[in-house]
Amino acid sequence: MRAIATHLDSGFAVSYTSLAELLVAVHAPFRMANHRARPCVATDPRELARQLAFTRREFLRSAAKVALGSGLLPAGSRAFRATSPSKRKVIVITFGGGARDQETFAPEGRENIPHLLGELAPQSAFFTQVVNRGILGHYVATASLATGVYETINNFASLPPESPTVFEYFRKELKRPASDAWVVAPSNGFNRIGESSHRSFGPGWGAQVILPKYLLGTATSGQGDYGHLLRDSYETPLYAPELSGNIFELEQLEAILKVSVDDFRAHALTLSSPDELSVYIARQLMRQFAPSLLWVTLHDIDIAHAGAYSLYLEGIRRTDRLAAELWKAIQGEPEYAGKCTLFILPDFGRDSDEDAGGNGFQHHRTGDVISRTTWMMALGPGIREGVVYDRPVASIDLVPTLGSLMGFTASLSRGKPITEIL
Amino acid sequence: MHPEDLKPEQFSGYPPEARKLALEYLETFRRLPLSFLPNLLREVIEFDFKFPVERRLLEKELAQLRSLSQPDLGVWFREFTEIRLSESLEKSNWIASPAQFVEQLSAHLWATHQMDAFRHAALGYADKLRAAVAPEPPASARFGIAVIGQGVDDAPGPLFRKLRPYGAYFNAVNPENGLRQLLEAVAARANSNPAPYGHWYIDGGEPLPHSSRVTCVSYKAMEPVRAALLARIHAETQKTGMGPEALRTVMAQLRPVDLNMAPTGDPVLNRFQIKLLTEGSGTQIFSTSFVQWAAREALRRAEPLTLLARFAPRQRQKPMHELLSPGPEQVRLDPVGSVVDADMGAYYNWVNQQRLPGSEKSLFLAWFESHREAVAISPTLPRGTVSTETIDLRGILSWMT
Repeated sequence: MRAIATHLDSGFAVSYTSLAELLVAVHAPFRMANHRARPCVATDPRELARQLAFTRREFLRSAAKVALGSGLLPAGSRAFRATSPSKRKVIVITFGGGARDQETFAPEGRENIPHLLGELAPQSAFFTQVVNRGILGHYVATASLATGVYETINNFASLPPESPTVFEYFRKELKRPASDAWVVAPSNGFNRIGESSHRSFGPGWGAQVILPKYLLGTATSGQGDYGHLLRDSYETPLYAPELSGNIFELEQLEAILKVSVDDFRAHALTLSSPDELSVYIARQLMRQFAPSLLWVTLHDIDIAHAGAYSLYLEGIRRTDRLAAELWKAIQGEPEYAGKCTLFILPDFGRDSDEDAGGNGFQHHRTGDVISRTTWMMALGPGIREGVVYDRPVASIDLVPTLGSLMGFTASLSRGKPITEIL
Repeated sequence: MHPEDLKPEQFSGYPPEARKLALEYLETFRRLPLSFLPNLLREVIEFDFKFPVERRLLEKELAQLRSLSQPDLGVWFREFTEIRLSESLEKSNWIASPAQFVEQLSAHLWATHQMDAFRHAALGYADKLRAAVAPEPPASARFGIAVIGQGVDDAPGPLFRKLRPYGAYFNAVNPENGLRQLLEAVAARANSNPAPYGHWYIDGGEPLPHSSRVTCVSYKAMEPVRAALLARIHAETQKTGMGPEALRTVMAQLRPVDLNMAPTGDPVLNRFQIKLLTEGSGTQIFSTSFVQWAAREALRRAEPLTLLARFAPRQRQKPMHELLSPGPEQVRLDPVGSVVDADMGAYYNWVNQQRLPGSEKSLFLAWFESHREAVAISPTLPRGTVSTETIDLRGILSWMT
């Protein structure tokens, strides 16, 4: 347990710890209250989160013309609700790396998310106050999203989640084959995310995990500046944890995904980022298997850890485009059109400019309200379109919500189903 | 090991001045909770390498803690005493290695869901300390300058959008001799208010000639150090059993001499520069990140009266298809992206300056190098205004004071 969070936010192999950053603020002259640039409206975290959600809501109402939702309103199409849960499909996209409102859902950020704002938000139920009370490291936070429990595993070790994952609930209870649940993840560190170490689930019930960068490394045999690309994650770019567990290998690319190594390599040469490669793989999966449960973890935005604001903005714009491309792909695939619910949510946010313990957009170290209070979009049949909800929900509510939607029980999850989208 | 059991000999590994300070306050340390004390020792052990302002602040903090009665201590540290620690933390060598303790404590707090409680306790402590120990007002109004956009003909979008609401935006600046005028202004301030580490010039490339009274840090000058650091990291990562934590420990222990810095240099400044690379993120590879972080740390630690930060183009981030296509190795720059980085960096420089005492009187100027745009923030200038008057930087400086 020693290593759990000491490097949650390394931008270049080393970093302050979250705590050390906070203590910088305590034992040094930077004082939060001395910052006069933007007066603090509230100090209570819940009130701050509520204000943030309210601001987000009002922006969406103005920019995307969405309506204020209420728990009293029924969910969407009755026809879809009459559809057997066993025929429903779900795709989850984590808006990887986290972005702040001022670069996204705020007047000054809208230019970076034209697709989310102009195309997806009007078709979605948008939750403006999704609170993550767990550890703010990408692997462990994604594991928490996938289990519905705030996991405390080492963010940088090759470890499975300790609580059952959504994939295990789904496959075991509904007796689904391995080909029906997949994860596409950005880095080696995520290779154990598909299957927990929980004794009642575990081996044989998880999702298959594809690590596109790992496959690319094998396909290119390390040619080119691959070491730079392989940079496992922006949190710990110099470390690619040892792989273990069931790994989707290059040989399976052709046998299972029907993509030749040459085609894969050639296609990769046309792409500009690892997330584009992940979306390419996700689309291959959709065509070949049409899995009922597909989880895509995007990560380009996390380049912010290197401190280059322009690259962070590029990452947001690319992720915005890729999310819309996946939604379009869903509409274009007969196996998905009219049957699939898409969830888009960040694992958490990033530090605010106001918190002296951090360094603005660069990291997510402080654990402040801004970095914990994110959002979620849900789109698809049965979901009310163009509504915004600002009541607080927890990031661990996703798994029980998926359970209610697809017909399984997330018995060990600590979250609650989000009734507005059921 | 608990604080009440502390013994003088346990500080024998501390640098001389740090050891002296620790022994002077040994009795005070014995009264503090373990969830807090190593964080304080993390500052004490660095005492020999701290800037003058940092030393004074730490000494004041210690004196304040010593002055507290037992009931007052109970009030100040009640929330810290409620933090539950693990046995392994209690048994760790937190006296000799307080920074490592802090890392482990961080992991423990996250894992046990006590981070929010610690955060609340820490901020409460900071509030009490600030109320008890008055901040030192600056000898004169602080002056921050950010120069952005080197090597760029046209900005990719409107500049200084975040700063403009706080000052006057100038769009007809005569750029001629602009840099020289700014460096002369910095030198003049250093001459009129001489103070060690009181006036800084940070450059993202090669520094321009400047006054010897100005503390200078540059990305170019750190090039051999950066190369040595990257080589060291590469070597360490090849070792069996090496992981992020172990690497961090190695990095934290690096001394200037380990990275080919001249042993004859200023030990305080050398240590500062090493930390920019070993503790900063992206500072090793992107000059824009280096300048922003160096300015942030200089402001936070040295509380300078003057700080000129000049951003330079950083290296370009290669897209994936280029990374996969072997080709001749050459560093290409990204001037346009660097303007965006630097624009945000200038804003952060101002934000960080405003966190220091005397912020109500402080001055800040940001200029698009070799171009006609600038924004000036000063109590003498109306906020959110635009000036179309043709004026050089010297003229703007005179309006600001």
